[in-house]
Amino acid sequence: MTSVTDTSASPPEKNYLNEKITVSSWLLSLDHKRIGLLYLISLLVFFLIGGAAALVFRLELLTPEANLLRSETYNKFFTTHGIVMIFFFLIPSIPAVLGNFLLPIMLGAKDFAFPKINLASWYVFMAGGLLGIIATIAGGVETGWTFYTPYSTMYANSNVILAVSGAFIAGFSSIMTALNFIVTIHKMRAPGLTWFRLPLFVWAMYATALVILLGTPVVAITLVMIFVERAFGFGIFDPALGGDPVLFQHLFWFYSHPAVYIMILPAMGVVSEVISCFSKRRLYGYKVIAFSSLAIAVIGFFVWGHHMFVSSQSTFASLTFSFLTFFVAVPTALKMLNWIMTLYKGSVSLASPMLYAFGFLGLFVIGGLTGLFLSTLGTDIHFHDTYFVVAHFHYVMVGGGVMGFLAGLHFWWPKMTGRKYPEAIAVFTAIVIFVGFNLTFFPQFQLGVHGMPRRYHVYPEEFQLLHIFSTSGAMVLGFGYTIMAIYLLWSLKFGQKAGSNPWDARGLEWETSSPPPTHNFHQTPVVRQPVYPYEAPSVTAPPANDSPEASHG
Amino acid sequence: MDHPIVPVKTYLAVFFSLMVLTFLTVYVAFLDFGHGLLNDLVAMSIATAKALLVLVIFMHLKYSARILWLIAGSSIVWMVVMIGLTLADYRSREWIESQMHRAVPWVAHPVEAPPAE
Amino acid sequence: MADSHPPYLAHHFEDLEQQKQSATLGIWLFLITEVMFFGGLFLGYIVYRGMYPEAWHLGSGKLDIVLGTVNTVVLIVSSLTMALAVRSAQINRPKACANYLLATIVLGTAFLGIKAVEYSAKFFPGEDAAYVLIPGANFFLDSPFSNGVQLFFSFYFTMTGMHAIHMIIGIGILAWLYVKARQGTYHEHYYNPVEVTGLYWHFVDIVWIFLFPLLYLIGRH
Repeated sequence: MTSVTDTSASPPEKNYLNEKITVSSWLLSLDHKRIGLLYLISLLVFFLIGGAAALVFRLELLTPEANLLRSETYNKFFTTHGIVMIFFFLIPSIPAVLGNFLLPIMLGAKDFAFPKINLASWYVFMAGGLLGIIATIAGGVETGWTFYTPYSTMYANSNVILAVSGAFIAGFSSIMTALNFIVTIHKMRAPGLTWFRLPLFVWAMYATALVILLGTPVVAITLVMIFVERAFGFGIFDPALGGDPVLFQHLFWFYSHPAVYIMILPAMGVVSEVISCFSKRRLYGYKVIAFSSLAIAVIGFFVWGHHMFVSSQSTFASLTFSFLTFFVAVPTALKMLNWIMTLYKGSVSLASPMLYAFGFLGLFVIGGLTGLFLSTLGTDIHFHDTYFVVAHFHYVMVGGGVMGFLAGLHFWWPKMTGRKYPEAIAVFTAIVIFVGFNLTFFPQFQLGVHGMPRRYHVYPEEFQLLHIFSTSGAMVLGFGYTIMAIYLLWSLKFGQKAGSNPWDARGLEWETSSPPPTHNFHQTPVVRQPVYPYEAPSVTAPPANDSPEASHG
Repeated sequence: MDHPIVPVKTYLAVFFSLMVLTFLTVYVAFLDFGHGLLNDLVAMSIATAKALLVLVIFMHLKYSARILWLIAGSSIVWMVVMIGLTLADYRSREWIESQMHRAVPWVAHPVEAPPAE
Repeated sequence: MADSHPPYLAHHFEDLEQQKQSATLGIWLFLITEVMFFGGLFLGYIVYRGMYPEAWHLGSGKLDIVLGTVNTVVLIVSSLTMALAVRSAQINRPKACANYLLATIVLGTAFLGIKAVEYSAKFFPGEDAAYVLIPGANFFLDSPFSNGVQLFFSFYFTMTGMHAIHMIIGIGILAWLYVKARQGTYHEHYYNPVEVTGLYWHFVDIVWIFLFPLLYLIGRH
């Protein structure tokens, strides 16, 4: 076997990255850390595709007329953006990358309970992703990511079947991951690691996995129904036979609303870890945060009808769903309160992961509060299907989900790769992304309030200024992501050696080396302390005298 | 414990009960209980009884940890939530509209439905 | 138990008990997803049946109740043989385990065969049949409720089709287990795959227990 080329003088320690470096040792790896990295690479490719599609249609929206895209092509671009970003980036993002990498380490286990299923989940995911890409290349889909019937089943003239199959298959991969998470958390915890000693990231993953298990199969069967209707001419949602397209919406949103929590709960878990570490405090209200994750997971299933206020859903059901929707705000607000209480009188340092966590706090509050406008029956009639909705869910999914993902990526990057990225540039990038994001989406609230409907490529001239703001914001965002890609790649080779615990954080993942050895720990750890023991010194040697090569640049 | 060895006799008893219940459900399907709903209620009760027998004995739930009871139960609860809240829509569509303009006179009368084709 | 690491204990588990419990917990969690999967179909069934009760009764009456009952019996017997296969592995009788697995495979295949007979009667109703019950452009039924009946048959085929796909997957796994069991892979210390497949098989049986009255037995009185 070829040996690892390393510029450092001392021979490299054996870790999961350099133990074997053949292609097959990666593609057939049962190591959860390697599978996490496989996911990371593939998800970033999907992120690039989804982002590029967004840039194209944002360019089209610079002018009120159609200059770049015809209406049908425009529809295909936003559909690609939606399908790719939701099914192939956001839903798997934190669980499949960070969760895969960290969960067994945080539990003090050697691996997940079912490593083969874990590897299979990546292949299944890639198969689904490939179908999605083929659907796009073969001419695209123009139904929007929601596949609403009867358009998707009877009128759409595009590759609906391929795209639906792609999403269906990707769902299996989520289910496999979720199953592994729950079994592993139940059965593979290290000795002494009781439920209330688990890091909050683990609690968040547990709640997420519950949502995935209970929700994903419903969207799977819904997609099957679309499939049989389109492929075999069965009339399940066909109004001509007395079928009801609104039934599709019920089934679809039963999963797709909780899917928002699949994207947000993991981000909340990451933010809990980051805030605790960079305030150097045990999280205030640990149990409240832990149980509020479960509460969000449960209540999240009772609210789907708020997507259907202007469909033929009965007023009674709308009232019920509106009322229930307000309840989701409660556990979310409790989390916010506890994070802020943790910051209060903590020794806060503004490292790049913390900046993303702050970004999450601010943006998610805006996203959450604008959600209340939409869950109120009267105002929703005005805002429904306008840019207000677009801005709202981007504040939640990008401001919440993606910011959480970036916070986690920056927080655990030294652990995953063993290298530090240049902190000053990372801080600068975090600010660029924050500004770019707000510039893109804040004007869209205004557009929505003034009545600009979503999913149109032409618009009255009075909206142009706001659209120009939005498009330039998208460019700034794109710029920010590009710098990030550059410095992260740079750090792989040239970054400073990180040492076991560069942030002076607490938790089992910081007690093993960076990058961790193949089986995570040289011997099964025994947990004797409560969670987040920031008042006690770190168990691992402090970073200053961690290893002789720490000074290597 | 999670992994009991169940006597063959128990398995056979369950099997015969399942057979009896199967023929019973076919038989009662041909009886008229006066109201269609009653027929459904009986059929569903028999099906539930059969499902419980399979769950508890064949699937060893009886001998299993509480967590498995919780899992099995939660899936049923979630299905009931899904069906219940959806039916809350369908079952109230006509009812709520008719109630609304009786109770609140200034609410406009619903638009007349177009004649059926 | 942890001191010896037998070949059937995966390296990342501490002991056999942990491995067994993980497998059982895993399959039960998977079965939750199956409940919700079929739950979506049941929801559709309930909503439409509420809208078109007469059409549902009419459609149900067109199904073959004898074949449906026979299939229910076949499936229940297969559940019994499956349970006995697990038991044989538990009490260390690999040969009996293999035989019971084979019996389960045969019964499962018989179920699918009978199902195929039923399907083909709908696909090829004969030259002089008064109706065609395959939903789609060719559907024909001389009845004021024909649209609703078409919806019923859309559900009939989707539900039984999904159930049949689960059976096919189950038979595939059983065939693989049978080969392994013949080699004596499963014994009192290691029978997770048989037990887990058994749970899956029983679940598929439960789905049919509900499908049978909902599809075949309504509106018979």
